[in-house]
Amino acid sequence: MLFLTLALYAMGIYLTSKKKWIIFNPIIFATAILISYLLVLEIPYDNYAQAGRYIDFFLQPSIVALAIPLYLQWDKIKKQLFPIVCSQFIGCLVGVISVVLLAKWTGADREIILSLAPKSVSTPIALEISKTVGGIPSITAAAVMIAGIFGSMIGFKFLNMSRITNPMSQGIAMGTSSHAMGTMKAMEISEKYGAFASVGMIFNGILTAILAPIILNFLMPYIS
Amino acid sequence: MNLIKQVAIVIGCLAFGELVVYLTAVKLPASIIGLILLWILLKVEWVKVESISGITDFLLKNMGIFFVPPCVAMLNYFGLLSASIVPIIVATLVSTILVIFVTGLSHQILRKKK
Repeated sequence: MLFLTLALYAMGIYLTSKKKWIIFNPIIFATAILISYLLVLEIPYDNYAQAGRYIDFFLQPSIVALAIPLYLQWDKIKKQLFPIVCSQFIGCLVGVISVVLLAKWTGADREIILSLAPKSVSTPIALEISKTVGGIPSITAAAVMIAGIFGSMIGFKFLNMSRITNPMSQGIAMGTSSHAMGTMKAMEISEKYGAFASVGMIFNGILTAILAPIILNFLMPYIS
Repeated sequence: MNLIKQVAIVIGCLAFGELVVYLTAVKLPASIIGLILLWILLKVEWVKVESISGITDFLLKNMGIFFVPPCVAMLNYFGLLSASIVPIIVATLVSTILVIFVTGLSHQILRKKK
């Protein structure tokens, strides 16, 4: 199973390099085939969980490794530190509060609402936050995926429409809202966009990890 | 630097994070504290980027795979997921647009002010 996961993921990378179809995104590709495989052959999920644990083990070190891009981009960030931190702070607040309230209004259960709170953040961080605040990591994974795909599809069109045209602002907005997928999209346009998107992604990850439990505490009377 | 040492640095930062969480019961993932510690170590130049790039490049390039097991685990939550599919999608989509707009706009305004 572990081997199958790795092989499918590698195949997804290969197919994406040939054709940039969203279905070939290695994550979507591997997930779709693994789920069908388990369902069709009626293999219980527990058989897969073992492989999942091996992969999970590397999740945390990979977040620690995000210190590297943050360090490498630091000179660029330093000049813009104030606007970046402020806009990220606002983006983070709006992201968590809006998704929680919207989910409440559309009738979601408490567990679902908690799982949605970190949806704008890069997956590994989002999963960690989800566990911390008492959400269901799988639901979080789905929401992160939706935010990523949707944001990378319409992000730039929407930003240009709303006259937010500064490349730096665009890059940061993409990274803040749509994490790695927004960053990849920004990277396609230029390295500079990409660098700022990755800064947005990392900062928002850290900020949300710190703020989400606090915000959720405040919002608790409204959700339960 | 050899691979063992590289792994030791990254895992060491993570272990420090775990320790902080354990001692202070702070509601923060240990990995985020590890990230901040590693960044500080790089900043004060106790650790050089090149000396750990072997392991970190590998981790960063293949980050997406950590996503696969939780996605597959959605299997267990099909019921819950399909019961709340409307709130999940509506809330996520609308909130994503809001974040893009608010973050981009506030950065653009603040940047000009300076």
